[in-house]
Amino acid sequence: MMFKLAALLTRPATKYVFILLALLFPLFAANEYQVYVMSLAFVWAIAVYGLNIITGYCGQLNLAHGGFFAIGAYTLGLLTSDYGWSFWPAFVAALLMTAVLGFITGVISLRLKEHYFAIFTLCVGFIIYMLLDKWEELTHGAIGVRDIAAPYGFGVVDFTDSVPFYYLVLAFLIFSIWFISRLSKSLLGRTFIAIRNGDELAQSLGINLMRNKVLAFVLSTTYAGLAGALYAGMVRFIGPEDANILHTFNLITYLLVGGIGTLFGPLVGTLSIVWLTQSLQFLETYKMILFGPLLVLLVIFFPNGLVGSLLLWMRRKAESMGVAKAPKASRVETSNSATGKEAENNA
Amino acid sequence: MLKVENLTKMFGGLAAVNDVSVHFEANKINAIIGPNGAGKSTFFNLIAGMHKPTSGRIILDGEDITPLRCDYIAQRGIGRTFQTTNLFETATVLDNLIVGHRLRTQSGLWDVLINSKRLQAEEKECRVKAREALDFVGLSHVENRLIADITQEERKRVAFALALATQPKLLLLDEPAAGVNPEETVGLADLMHKMVANGLTVCLIEHKMDMIMGMADKIMVLDHGEKIAEGTPQEIRENPVVIEAYLGSDEDAAA
Repeated sequence: MMFKLAALLTRPATKYVFILLALLFPLFAANEYQVYVMSLAFVWAIAVYGLNIITGYCGQLNLAHGGFFAIGAYTLGLLTSDYGWSFWPAFVAALLMTAVLGFITGVISLRLKEHYFAIFTLCVGFIIYMLLDKWEELTHGAIGVRDIAAPYGFGVVDFTDSVPFYYLVLAFLIFSIWFISRLSKSLLGRTFIAIRNGDELAQSLGINLMRNKVLAFVLSTTYAGLAGALYAGMVRFIGPEDANILHTFNLITYLLVGGIGTLFGPLVGTLSIVWLTQSLQFLETYKMILFGPLLVLLVIFFPNGLVGSLLLWMRRKAESMGVAKAPKASRVETSNSATGKEAENNA
Repeated sequence: MLKVENLTKMFGGLAAVNDVSVHFEANKINAIIGPNGAGKSTFFNLIAGMHKPTSGRIILDGEDITPLRCDYIAQRGIGRTFQTTNLFETATVLDNLIVGHRLRTQSGLWDVLINSKRLQAEEKECRVKAREALDFVGLSHVENRLIADITQEERKRVAFALALATQPKLLLLDEPAAGVNPEETVGLADLMHKMVANGLTVCLIEHKMDMIMGMADKIMVLDHGEKIAEGTPQEIRENPVVIEAYLGSDEDAAA
């Protein structure tokens, strides 16, 4: 029963059902606030997808991710409020900015391995926070950036409303997931996974470590920039606190809960935690008393995250039920005849 | 095939590999033996480009590969396996092997974005090569199993297959038979013979003496980073220096 349900969930066609549900969500939502929370969750999810590229697939724990999110938000915010740009050019500029800064940071930081890389990026994240907080001429310091432009709807839609904005974020989220699904199945994605399995092994397979790691890093910071720019266009007011390291750890929590290195882990993790914290809101500060143990239980019983554990369980179950046996048998035969031929050749 | 000239690697004041010259012939099984800490693994790392030598040269088929980075050396046709291989535990055996042929492909980010013909063709090719390699090591039947669910010996074979998928000319095997039982060791030895029969050159580090003596065409003995002997198993067995340094008083070990 459980298995059938899970099998239904992982069917390729199921994604259209979820897209349909997401499209209809504003109709079901009890109030505009719920639509707003969902949009915000989608924005975080996009950022988590970025983190999943460098940390999930490529295996490098990047603790500057929240910093790049803030850079995306600030680029868009400052260009539209101080320099009078309209939203979309500033949006593209934010993506370019995070990509370029990601490249520079990547080239330097990825010379370090494992924990050293994590510590280095932790410092990078903190430096970003300090710059946003202290460089008052550029960033307005602790006052933050106000009067950020909303996305320009070309006279067709008004993105200052929460429902149109919801659809805009949803479109970007779907694009983000689509790209990652393509990436993760491609040779490039496999190259990243090979690096996660070990630098030495990847090198022995002829993989250029630096080039691939930097590419994964730039992709991930660009995702962070995309999420940050959308965030700025949504809340319209940002401050240095948006670069707080706490946000990076939130993103990592979403990723771990959903399932690191899985395609739908970032979405599942983000949505479940955001809605859980929302529904525990009435407990105020005490919600952490519930939330903490829940997280611990999750890590103990679902070490691969919700999606990762489900997929693994399905795989094992399918094997024990012998579902995958039929095609296997035919393959064994062909391989036997092949080795037979080879043996003849050798003889 | 592979010519090593006066290879030296210093770690601080310690000579891990000291002035080693050796010539590995094509289509042979070459073995490197020596006590723990003799510099065998360092020697492999030097050939594979993981470490740069302090002095000396490494020449593969007439080309000096000493200054090359390891991914270029892999492209030149040197494959290797490690004592332990970290694989993607929750992915299938085949999925783990597809990346093996990546170094012979060109697709980049743009190909991924537009799902280009080149990418599709190359992915198909990688899949074919992975299946061939899996078939070669005799594991076609576990293609769809998860790495976490296969045996130790099957893991060893998957690691071989991964190295074979890079289409190497020379294969460096670091203790291929460590941690497998005697019967399985025979199976792995057969596999190495099969590789040589298919035109590969094999070079291995191994501690299992009976295996080495039975299968190697040529043995090099390292001790404290220096080459103390080189020759056929018969010559090595009778070499008094080797007996003293490595086989010690336990003459049964050589038998």
